[in-house]
This record gives sequence, structure tokens and C-alpha cells, in this order.
Amino acid sequence: MSTAPMTAYPTPPEALPQDGMSNGKFGIGLMIVSEITFFGTLIAAYVFYIGRDINPPYPQDVLEVSIAPFKVLFNSVFLLISSVWIWLAVRAMRKGRMGAFIFWWALTVVCGAEFLVGTGMEWYDMIVNDGVWIGTNLFGSGFYTVVGFHAFHVTMGLIVLTLILILALLGHVTPRNVEKIDLVSWYWHFVDGIWIVVFSVVYIFGNQAIT
Amino acid sequence: MRLAGDSEVSTLETPIGPATGRPPFLSQLHEWVTTVDHKKLGSMYVVCGIIYMIIAGLEASMMRWQLAWPGQTVLTPEEFNRLFTMHGTTMVFFVGMPILLGSANIMIPLMIGARDLAFPRLNAFGFWLFLFGSILLYFSYFGGQGLYGMGSAPDVGWFAYAPLTERTYSRGHSTDYWILGIFVAGIGSTATGINFIATILGMRCRGMTLMKMPLFVWIMLVDAILIVIALPPLAAAQIMLLFDRLLGAHFFDAQAGGSALLWQNLFWFFGHPEVYILILPAFAYVTEIIPVFSRKVIFGYPLMVAATVAIGFISLGVWVHHMFSVGLSPLINAIFMASTMLVGVPTGIKMFNWTATMIGGKIRFDTPMLFSIGFLCQFLMGGLTGIFLATVPFDWQVSDSYFVVGHFHYVLFGGLIFGILAATFYWYPKVTGRMMSETLGKWQFWLLIIGFNMTFGAMHVSGLLGMPRRIYTYQTERGWDLWNLLTSIGVIFQIAAFTLFAINLLHSAFKGRRAGDDPWDAWTLEWSTTSPPPAHNFDEDPVVYSRRPLWDLKHPEDPDWKYE
Ligand SMILES: [Cu+2]
Repeated sequence: MSTAPMTAYPTPPEALPQDGMSNGKFGIGLMIVSEITFFGTLIAAYVFYIGRDINPPYPQDVLEVSIAPFKVLFNSVFLLISSVWIWLAVRAMRKGRMGAFIFWWALTVVCGAEFLVGTGMEWYDMIVNDGVWIGTNLFGSGFYTVVGFHAFHVTMGLIVLTLILILALLGHVTPRNVEKIDLVSWYWHFVDGIWIVVFSVVYIFGNQAIT
Repeated sequence: MRLAGDSEVSTLETPIGPATGRPPFLSQLHEWVTTVDHKKLGSMYVVCGIIYMIIAGLEASMMRWQLAWPGQTVLTPEEFNRLFTMHGTTMVFFVGMPILLGSANIMIPLMIGARDLAFPRLNAFGFWLFLFGSILLYFSYFGGQGLYGMGSAPDVGWFAYAPLTERTYSRGHSTDYWILGIFVAGIGSTATGINFIATILGMRCRGMTLMKMPLFVWIMLVDAILIVIALPPLAAAQIMLLFDRLLGAHFFDAQAGGSALLWQNLFWFFGHPEVYILILPAFAYVTEIIPVFSRKVIFGYPLMVAATVAIGFISLGVWVHHMFSVGLSPLINAIFMASTMLVGVPTGIKMFNWTATMIGGKIRFDTPMLFSIGFLCQFLMGGLTGIFLATVPFDWQVSDSYFVVGHFHYVLFGGLIFGILAATFYWYPKVTGRMMSETLGKWQFWLLIIGFNMTFGAMHVSGLLGMPRRIYTYQTERGWDLWNLLTSIGVIFQIAAFTLFAINLLHSAFKGRRAGDDPWDAWTLEWSTTSPPPAHNFDEDPVVYSRRPLWDLKHPEDPDWKYE
């Protein structure tokens, strides 16, 4: 095949507009989509089983939010507000203020850890005092699976957040890394967003369905 | 300079290894194990898929030996149950999936003019998870005894209906191996699906707008989206089943209020999109092959894109057609019957477009084209019986019979495997640098056409005569003898065909005719680089002006971009 005269070609096309969106953003965004379908399935199963339990205890006997909304709500506020902290952290980094970044980032870690501790205390209470475990009844199966998988995701996020915090304290994180740090914050926002759904389904909707 | 590989100056002759002698075995092995190159990972996917295809084919052959005559005792009932479970699971998850992921792995970057996938290391991760998952499943033959000394390989069917899979009925750990093997491989497939989408959306070369992408890439994009949406629900359902079995949860335990129906819903919510995940790549292969061997552009490019997207959407909303015989309400059955029939519309559009591409073309009957035409005919029959089965009353009549088995083998074997064979003959020269034997290929094609239609055509009859699937033997007075014998004789032709295929694959790798860059006179970017392509794929970043960049290059007097 001979190289033909190229003069007839139109002007070379511009680089495509997708170059503005990094591969990382596509990757994390799609990972979140797949996580949503994963959680969506677990939550759908939970909703399906609301009110179908034939063995006590039922959610309203155990879950605290209606009687003493303080504990779970308190923990949830900690988790949800950490989304604000991580947003502030990324914003600070964008402006090159690493001190502020470390402060907000550390605050995010603390709030996330508080949420996990709160979950642990709630589980301890339910297992020891109320005697509900995953094999007790349908409610137990659904509750520990859905809430447990969420807590697992919080734990994974916390590990990554803590690693980045350590690296930042050691001076290995610079404002040049901001796009990657931003992607981590996407994941954290997702974990928080899912909690709103889990909380609504498990503690509010599912808690009143059987009376 | 428009396209890499076109100039005589910069073409790399030998991308890997020195010209004299091969590197020692260990360093070669190290090279393959640590590679993140999409072409090597893709080749490993395909090779593993073909090995598993041989294994699963042998499993099927043993079942057909058992069923060739009534009252055979080649296999015990337990062995038979394990064989049909392993055959189905292997074919879906460890033959179809790796070959589609492998082919997309090799071809997507080459077709869009990219250096590699968006995340090469994630790609390697996905491959090794697939391999580990598949080995985990087969390890059950040795490790499945469990604490109770019962069970070996999984024996609950590839869709593993509850409550058969609950601890009470499935003792030992065979079902756990089924869950974990697929779960692990599924994570890898999801990661690879994400990788494909990010690559297609973010790494196309200059000029390749979405509507200038090869249709292969379009179809794989929709396929990858389906993978990302449909595989995680299966993982979630498997987690619930695993918790039932290992932690004593009650999701699918009817005695505690759990629902066996939920498993069916969750499984088929994955399972139906999965069959589209498997068949769309076959569409992708023939959509590239038919135009090249008809010497015409594909008929109705925008319509093909629209039909692909429509199939993707609709396939997420038809899963209940696998559950018509469960006894759901007539309204639900009617809704899903309608949505299932709706899939026939975009699929029909595609059939017409492929046919219209061939009409008036100068058709070359090389082996890739033969298998593509075989695909059209066999898949059409599978599609038509699919419309029968979508009709609720008919489905009630033949549900769980050999009619269903015949139907889905026409779709997945006549569709997917014929597509894979076409693709193998078509792209083998690109990947290895050598042609496969046309003579052996044509022998294989005709043997397979005979064997395939004998085996699976006869299944429709035995199914209509009332033979249920998954029985390990039958009495002679049922009138199924002749049809079962025909089915089993067909297997002999198929074994012959696949033996020729294996010989062809191995022999051509060493002795095949040198292919050159572009043996088929094709039009997409992968043929513009060397065969096999260098590690970096293209010496210069390609720039495209139309859907057929190589046509433009070969016919500067009449380029496509003037008309698109
Ligand atoms: Cu289906």
C-alpha cells in the first residue's frame, strides 16, 4: 500500500473533548455505580423481608431510633458531617494550604472512626442484651448484612484515609496529588450517601412497618 | 503521516525477545505472570477460555454418553448432577466470560488507537482473579468433601436454586466452592468492565468521535455497562447465600420466613443480562467480519448503535421470563412476556442489517465469513424458539424440558461459540502473525454444522415429547430413544470438529503462513499496525477521519470522510 497524496485530507481533527475527564474519574465513578447496584440488591432484599419475620424480636423491639433516637442519630451525624470535612480538606489542598488539609482530613478520620465505634457499641448492645445475631431471625440476617457491609466499606475507607493522613504528615502528599485525593473523597461521599439510604430503610421505614 | 504502521521506516519487526534463540523458560514465565500488557492478558484470557471449553465440552460428552441409550450406567446420578452443574457454570463463567473479556482486551485499544487499557494493572488483577476463581471452582473436586464427608463438585445446577443450596440440603462445601469461585471471578470481571468503559470513553485517538468508533467497540461498551450493572447483584445474592450457609442466616430459609423466590429473582436479574453479556460480543465479532468479507460498509451504522443500546436497556427488564412456571400473577407474566418479545425488535434490526450488508456485496467465503454466516443461521433459530418460550402458555408446556436446553444452546453455542470461532479465524493472524489453515477451518465448519444441528436440533424434539432436562437416565418406552441417540451421535461430529480446531490453533502458531499486517484487506485500525503488534501498539498516535480509517488510507481518491 503506497502512501497516497495526503493533501486532500481535511484539517486534522481536534483532540477529543473527553481528554478533560481523567481516567481516574471514570474509574471511581463506575466503581461507585457497581457498588450502588451491589448495595441496591442487599437493600432490596431487606425491604422485601420487612414484616415477613415469623420469629421475634422485631426491629421495633431492638432498634433504638424511635425510643432513644440519640445514639444512632448521633453517630449518623458524625458520619454525614465528615463529608463536609473531607470536602473542605480537598478545597484547602486545591488552594495549596496543606496545614488546613491535614486538619480537615484528620477530622474526617476522627468522625469516621467515631461512627465505627458507635456501630460497634450498638452491635454489642444488640448481641449481648437483646440476643439478636445474624442467625436469630430474618431481621437479624438482613440487619447485620446490610449494616455490616456498610460498616465494612467505612472501614476500608478509613484505612485509605488514614494511610493518606500518615503520608501527608510525613510530607509525601503535595497539592500536585489533589486530583487523586479528590477521587478518594468521591468514595467517601458515596459511603455517606449510602448510609442515608440504609438509615432510612433500616431505622425509619423498616422500624414502623410492623406494628 | 496519518497512520502508524503504514510507513516502512518505523515499523518494528520483532516486538518481544531477541531474534536469536528464545529467552529461558523461567524468564518467559516471569514475563507472562507479571505482564500488564493488554494483548498478553487478552491472549491468556482466550487461551484459558479455550482450555475450559475443552473441559466443559468433555463434561457434556460424558453426559451424552450416559444418555445415548436408555438405562445406561456410565455415570451415577450424583456424578451426572455434578457434571451438568460444572458444564453450565464453566461454559458461562469460565468460557464465555474470559473469551469475551480477552477479545475485548486485545481489540479495544487497537481499534481505538490507544496504547493500552485505562488501568493496565487493574486489568492484570482482573485476569488473575478470573483464573483463581475458576481454579477454586475446580478445586471442589478435591476439596469439596467438607466436614461431613459429602459432596464433591457442586451439584445444584448452574443457577443454584434455593432452598436446594441451603445447608440442610447441600451438605459439605461443594456449594460454597460454587459461590466463592464465581464471586471471585465476578469481582475481576466487574473491574475489567469498568476498565473497558473508562478506556472507551477516555482514550480514543484523535478524530474518533463516538459515532466514528468501530461497532465492535460500541457493542463492547454496552456489554461492559451491562457487566458493571448486572454482576454486583449476583455477588450480593451470593453473599446472602454464603451467610445462610456459613453463618446461619435465613435469607432463603423458608422455615424462618425466608424466600426461595427471592433467590430466583436476584439470580435472574443477573442471569438474563448475563446471556446478553455473552451474546453481544458475538454480535460485535460478526459486525466487524461481515462487512470486510462482503466488501461493503456495514448497513445502518446508527441503527446498529441504537439497537445495541436498546438491547442493553431491555435486557435489564425481562428476567421474570425464567420464572413463568413459578406461578406469579398473570399480570406480571404478561408484562414480562411483552418486554421479552420487545427484545426481538432490536435483535431483528441487527439481523436485517447484517443481511443487508451482505446483499449486493462481493462475498468472500473464507472461514471467518463461513462461521459468521453459520452464526446468523443458528442464532436466528435460537432467537425464534426464544420467542416461542417468551409466550407464557408455551413456556408452561415445555419449561424445564429439553426444548429449553435446545433453545439456549442454539443461542449460546450457535450464537456465541460460532461467533468466537469466526473471531478466532479472523483475528488469529493479528495476534500471532500467522494465518490459520483454511482447509482445516472449512472441514471444522461443516463437521460442526452437522454435529451441532444433530445434537441440539434433536433436543427440541425430545423436549416436545416431554423429556425433562437434568435427568440422568430414562426408560425405553418413553419414545425418546431415537432423539437421544441422534443428539449423542452429533457429539461425535462436534468432537471431531473441535479436535481439528485444536490442531489448527497449535499447528498454525508454528507453521502457519505469515500473515502480514493486513491479510483480510480490512478497514479498522488494528490492521494498520504489525502482526503481532508491538508492545506500544502504534508507532505514531493514529488520527482518524471516518469509521474506516484504513479505507481512507488505501483509497485516497474516494475516502469515506467525504460522505460521513
Ligand atoms: Cu432470559
